[in-house]
Amino acid sequence: MDLKSRWGRLSRSPVFNGYALISPTALYAILLLAAPLATVVYLSFQTDGAGVREVIHDFTLKNYFEAWTDPIYRSIMSRSLFVSIMVTLATVVTAFPVAYFVSFHVASNKKSLWLFLITIPFWTSYLVRVFLWKVILGYNGVINSGLKSLGVINDPLTWINVNIGAVVVTLAHAYAPFAILPIFVALEKIDRSFLEAGSDLGESALMTFRRVTLPLAMPGVVAAVLIVFIPTVGDYVTPDIIGGGKIPLIANVIQKQLLAIDNSPLGSAIAVSAMLIVGAISAGFVLANGRFLRVKK
Amino acid sequence: MKTKGTGLRLYTIIYLAFLYAPIILLPMFAFNDGTIISFPLKGFTTKWFGLMADKDQLHQAVINSLIVAASVAMLSSILAIFAARASTRFQFPGKSGIMAMIMLPLVLPEMIVAMAILVILLQMGVTLGLITIILGQTLVCTPFAIAILSAAFQSLDQSLEEAAYDLGEGKISTFRLIILPLVLPGIISSLLICFTISMDEFIIAAFLGGTKATLPVYIYSQLRFPKEIPVIMAVATCLVAVSICLLIIAEYFRRRGVAKTGGKDSGGFL
Repeated sequence: MDLKSRWGRLSRSPVFNGYALISPTALYAILLLAAPLATVVYLSFQTDGAGVREVIHDFTLKNYFEAWTDPIYRSIMSRSLFVSIMVTLATVVTAFPVAYFVSFHVASNKKSLWLFLITIPFWTSYLVRVFLWKVILGYNGVINSGLKSLGVINDPLTWINVNIGAVVVTLAHAYAPFAILPIFVALEKIDRSFLEAGSDLGESALMTFRRVTLPLAMPGVVAAVLIVFIPTVGDYVTPDIIGGGKIPLIANVIQKQLLAIDNSPLGSAIAVSAMLIVGAISAGFVLANGRFLRVKK
Repeated sequence: MKTKGTGLRLYTIIYLAFLYAPIILLPMFAFNDGTIISFPLKGFTTKWFGLMADKDQLHQAVINSLIVAASVAMLSSILAIFAARASTRFQFPGKSGIMAMIMLPLVLPEMIVAMAILVILLQMGVTLGLITIILGQTLVCTPFAIAILSAAFQSLDQSLEEAAYDLGEGKISTFRLIILPLVLPGIISSLLICFTISMDEFIIAAFLGGTKATLPVYIYSQLRFPKEIPVIMAVATCLVAVSICLLIIAEYFRRRGVAKTGGKDSGGFL
């Protein structure tokens, strides 16, 4: 009787209900995300065995030493970071006006239609989109053949294809909605009377934007930067298809170590190192913008 | 608030053209009567679509993709219902931490997620196949499903639920009779979005599929053969067309869901 009433009270408590409800999803994330990530960290400290998939369970720092000192990995890592930073910059800078337009210049009943239009390409096959960019930017691609038939150029432009620029364009295309949506959400939250106050106090439109709109939009910009910067470091399809394997990025190296070369400890160490570097840069970026993020709600 | 902004409007339209460029070019090449993917176009043909009928590997890949996508849509929507309900209805210690872990795949590079699962599966000696793809993709789709469902659960009026309790309904029947019908459009939207993501997902399918190929994995394997590209363009056109149809239906249900529970449409999924 006592047990039953205690159970009754427990099952009505929000804390118990919350934990009970969230446990299946949380358990799934622990089993398929936390545990695998922990395994990657563990493996990165082990030694690669001679056999297929063989790992000798013997603690070592050798993999990290190799990942951090080998000039090939170092140059690919810095190239990857360069590409990710360029992609982030290009995506966020080009996305901001779009988010601003939808938030400030579109009637509120049409906003979700515009956002839907912006997100559609994002949901369609990533692989196909990347391949199409190769078709657009390639040696005999849409731009080159178009310009040639118009008589603007005689020989195909080579600087637009198979290079880092092409990879940046393709990735900026892939992550566009990820940049637009957080900025849009931040812009939507801005109290429009602040802007009126700005202009009433004699600020020009540009100054109001710089001193009111932009600082208030910064949480969205920071979120956009992170949500573009972090995933792009792990992209191996774009350099593979666009670069034809000629400009490998760090994700290609990880994939190769893991599958073709079958050295999962080294692959894990490179992956962990890459994520640490990306994490450190992201944390630094968030700290540098801390004053914008502490805005009172 | 609607004011001038012609320059911005023009810019946004150009930006949309940039976003849609690949999708608009795709059918042009799929219906182009030439083996090389370049301009000028040679003439209209549907033969590449006809050739799809002879490819047995393609058929198998489509079947695999449908099995995986249907399973992923079901699993991740169910997991998302639990998480979205828990996070919108109850306060409990550690909630934000747990939710952050569940939503983490949204920001992690997909490849890191794929390799981590691959490594642990291989260490455990699990054979790779469709089931392992389903497990991996469910992890990635769940955060999207939660984003959609949270909006549906958030706008739910708690007094409806309390009324049902007062009238003597139990917890499960209240959920079935009151909450479920109200969030059903959100659930349908989440199912469709997860189905679409899974159909188009490549990285996890490639890492965790072993010898089993889904449609994107098949497409990737064929991109190496220039002779096969026109057929692949036709296949991709069908895939993109199906995706867009599913997305439009999903958006319809998402809006209906928000309207039904009396919420304000914030627009967008994230």
